[in-house]
Amino acid sequence: MAGQDHDHHHDHDHSELSETELRVRALETILTEKGYVDPAALDLLIETYETKVGPRNGARVVARAWADPAYRARLLKDATPAIAELGYAGRQGEHIVALENTPHLHNMVVCTLCSCYPWPVLGLPPVWYKSAPYRSKAVKDPRGVLRDFGFELPESTRIRVWDSTAEIRYLVLPMRPLGTDGWSEERLADLVTRDSMIGTALPKQPHEVA
Amino acid sequence: MDGAHDMGGVTWSGPVAPEPDEPVFHAEWERRAFAITMAMGMPGGWNIDMSRFAREDRPPEDYLSKSYYQIWLAGLERLMLERGLIASDEIEAGKPLHSAKPVAKTLKPDDVARVLHRGGPTERDAAAPARFAAGDRVRAKTIHPPTHTRLPRYARGHIGIVERVLGCHVFPDSNATGAGENPQWLYTVTFDGAELWGEASDRNLAVSVDAWEPYLEAV
Repeated sequence: MAGQDHDHHHDHDHSELSETELRVRALETILTEKGYVDPAALDLLIETYETKVGPRNGARVVARAWADPAYRARLLKDATPAIAELGYAGRQGEHIVALENTPHLHNMVVCTLCSCYPWPVLGLPPVWYKSAPYRSKAVKDPRGVLRDFGFELPESTRIRVWDSTAEIRYLVLPMRPLGTDGWSEERLADLVTRDSMIGTALPKQPHEVA
Repeated sequence: MDGAHDMGGVTWSGPVAPEPDEPVFHAEWERRAFAITMAMGMPGGWNIDMSRFAREDRPPEDYLSKSYYQIWLAGLERLMLERGLIASDEIEAGKPLHSAKPVAKTLKPDDVARVLHRGGPTERDAAAPARFAAGDRVRAKTIHPPTHTRLPRYARGHIGIVERVLGCHVFPDSNATGAGENPQWLYTVTFDGAELWGEASDRNLAVSVDAWEPYLEAV
């Protein structure tokens, strides 16, 4: 998937529209006029994943697990109902498993066959997660992937890669950064990055969020 | 099928390139392509495994030259053309030329939140007990079906350990061809790095796939 189309034309000048843009417009027109799709429902789908369902949801789950040992235990035992306690459920997150990082074990999640990703907690996947380099390399050279992200995992830390080949979706529970005793869940959530819940990064450190 | 989509372990040029502050979509057409694909699932009547096959069943040069949402779009067009929901002359013309095909239901704005929240759970009641248990040694079968499968090539023929029993789930290999859900037991099977990649492998690596029972044999 080399040809990522980073087209940012919003000037409605039809002469500048790419073949793909024209094709999508044509399809939407045909489907709307045939009564198969309702444009208002399309707008709502887009709005949902641009503004409501994203990695902030997962960050709240992780922050609760860091702050509340009983919640952490429920999350690790059966993540789907534990995540639903916070209101997150459904499409591409029907069966979720949480993976606990420890000082000796680092978890990383990939979908080598397509782009499976836990939407209710992380939103839609970033381009790199869907890209050939990540999908090919993650299962064979995950430490090399981490170096691409600018971080070196100690050789002694065991690395465990989970290939999402079925409808089970995986959420990494990163280790809570030191120096965060007594922090509120909301403040803790600011440390939890999307990539730290995929396993390609560590959470932010306290000094990074001031 | 053994297609370009099955990328695990392929030596690929170039590093992984994360994009700082990446937007959810990179262009307006990506928003619309995503939304019409999601919305057409209901009137279209296909399942997720049919969708995946429609995306991956294409020549490698086609799959690899398209961006992610271009692949979604190509898959959607194929599913709709196969079912006579649209015709290719309509895509060329950019407008409807033939009457609509009756569909059972469409996605209404009031349904969006409920439909997304419900999702599509794949766990089903089991017709038979699970053949394997956590700790069992199993081999991923060497199979090369021309149709949809979710057993990646890099795992085939290799021996792993059943780590988790995940319940009985819809079997994609059947579901993608229209042969029904045919639910099968699903397992997380974990392979040592050296078993998959040989002596040069990272010594501290383990990789798992989620594998349905028909993919596995006892060793």
